[in-house]
Amino acid sequence: MHIEIDEIAKDFGGTRALHPVSLSIPSGAMVSLLGPSGSGKTTLLRIIAGLESPSSGRVLLDGRDATGTPVQKRGAGFVFQSYALFRHMTVAENVAYGLKARSRRLRPTRGEIARRVARLLDLIQLPDIGARYPSQLSGGQRQRVALARALATEPRMLLLDEPFGALDARVRKDLRTGLREIHDATGLTTVFVTHDQGEALGLADRIAVMSMGRLEQVGTRQDVLSRPATPFVQAFIQEMT
Amino acid sequence: MADTTIRPAARATTEAPWVRIALTLATLALAGVLLIAPLAVVFAEALREGPAASLAALAEPDARAAIRLTVLVAAIAVPLNAVIGLAAAWAIAKFDFRGKAVLISLIDLPFSVSPVVAGLALVLLYGVNGALGPWLQAHDLKIVFAFPGILLATLFITFPFVARELIPVMAEQGRAEEEAALTLGASGWHMFRTVTLPNVRWALLYGVLLCNARAMGEFGAVAVISGKIRGQTTTMPVMIEMLYNEYLTAAAFSMAALLAALALLTLALKSFLEWRHADLLAATRRH
Repeated sequence: MHIEIDEIAKDFGGTRALHPVSLSIPSGAMVSLLGPSGSGKTTLLRIIAGLESPSSGRVLLDGRDATGTPVQKRGAGFVFQSYALFRHMTVAENVAYGLKARSRRLRPTRGEIARRVARLLDLIQLPDIGARYPSQLSGGQRQRVALARALATEPRMLLLDEPFGALDARVRKDLRTGLREIHDATGLTTVFVTHDQGEALGLADRIAVMSMGRLEQVGTRQDVLSRPATPFVQAFIQEMT
Repeated sequence: MADTTIRPAARATTEAPWVRIALTLATLALAGVLLIAPLAVVFAEALREGPAASLAALAEPDARAAIRLTVLVAAIAVPLNAVIGLAAAWAIAKFDFRGKAVLISLIDLPFSVSPVVAGLALVLLYGVNGALGPWLQAHDLKIVFAFPGILLATLFITFPFVARELIPVMAEQGRAEEEAALTLGASGWHMFRTVTLPNVRWALLYGVLLCNARAMGEFGAVAVISGKIRGQTTTMPVMIEMLYNEYLTAAAFSMAALLAALALLTLALKSFLEWRHADLLAATRRH
């Protein structure tokens, strides 16, 4: 799905979290919103998902104005920073949640739901953990379950908020590869938020660098590395090494 | 266990045996004197003239009316306060809005005001000479010295229990799971039923049980607003005091024992549910 952000701004109380920002995310792309904490990247991601409404500006999904579309109808698979797995449900129940939440007319049969859950657990390479509770999983396993749950409803875009933030380096590397593979297999438009320059440069087709609620530069890995648009981008990318 | 006599590593973090034993004994003695002895005395006193006499005292029409009234008041007040407390806790724990601090203080008001004062306030508001008295009289509505007054007093006194239990649990859990449910297509009501409510069910149960115990046991506010009309507006606690003042000791203690038994029953119910669902409880608490 093509995501078009048109002059989106957001105020919290008196403070401006986002200055008017415009960004075009082509269908099938994998884009990273990169910036330090407080740069407005998570706010922008939540506005795309419909979890937050902008103070001004529009969100266009496949050319149609979706600014007023409620979060349930956006078709966004969202992976939260802390994963937000339902703690009182098993892994299988977590993954099946979005399918069971549908109205009776659109809900798959019980057998079909079970088959889809099994297929998704295979996809994240954790086929045998369906009966466990989130508290019995490692951080990396939780992250993958959160991804499976977000994919279960066959979303039109995948949004991830610091998806690898709380994991150790080796697990992070595995999961990065996993996410890239899933993206390439499904062709799903993917937007992920990160404060880690290496993660953004290593994974995304296009990188949107943000600072203090402003978009500093949008471009490929090459653009950002060799032609930083602002002193901030130059300093922030250099920080990596 | 013979090979566990020397374990210096374990010693480092635990107290010496005599300290542990002394502390345990002190706790048991305190619990015995403060909690168990008074309860035991009530039951012993109630059964002094035999179980038949106790049952006969409870079968008196006035006694039966008091039991009915107490159960009815609790049956209305507890569900109402559970719903209102749940709504208040949700608003306070998960959203920021103007006047939030005021609302939190208001929830604590019934805890800080003496129940007698609360009862008097209701009489002043709804009584014949009260602010709303003439209007109520003109419309033939009776609140003070009648069932509605008792219910209002009980609602006021037991209001904080559910909300107070839920607020810290809900605040700690945050909104992330609810937001996840919404992004997965759940409606607000579906999210509430499948995520919000199950996540707080133990705190809610505990709050409801405390609320119920207090609703049945409330004395001060109800004593003032009920007018103590025997057989009509006397709840069990009020009836106990009246019987005791009339030197009807056996009847007073029989009623007291029944009230205590109702409280113990709710406590046992809670323990049973915790034991039945121990696995799930362990899985959902640590996270």
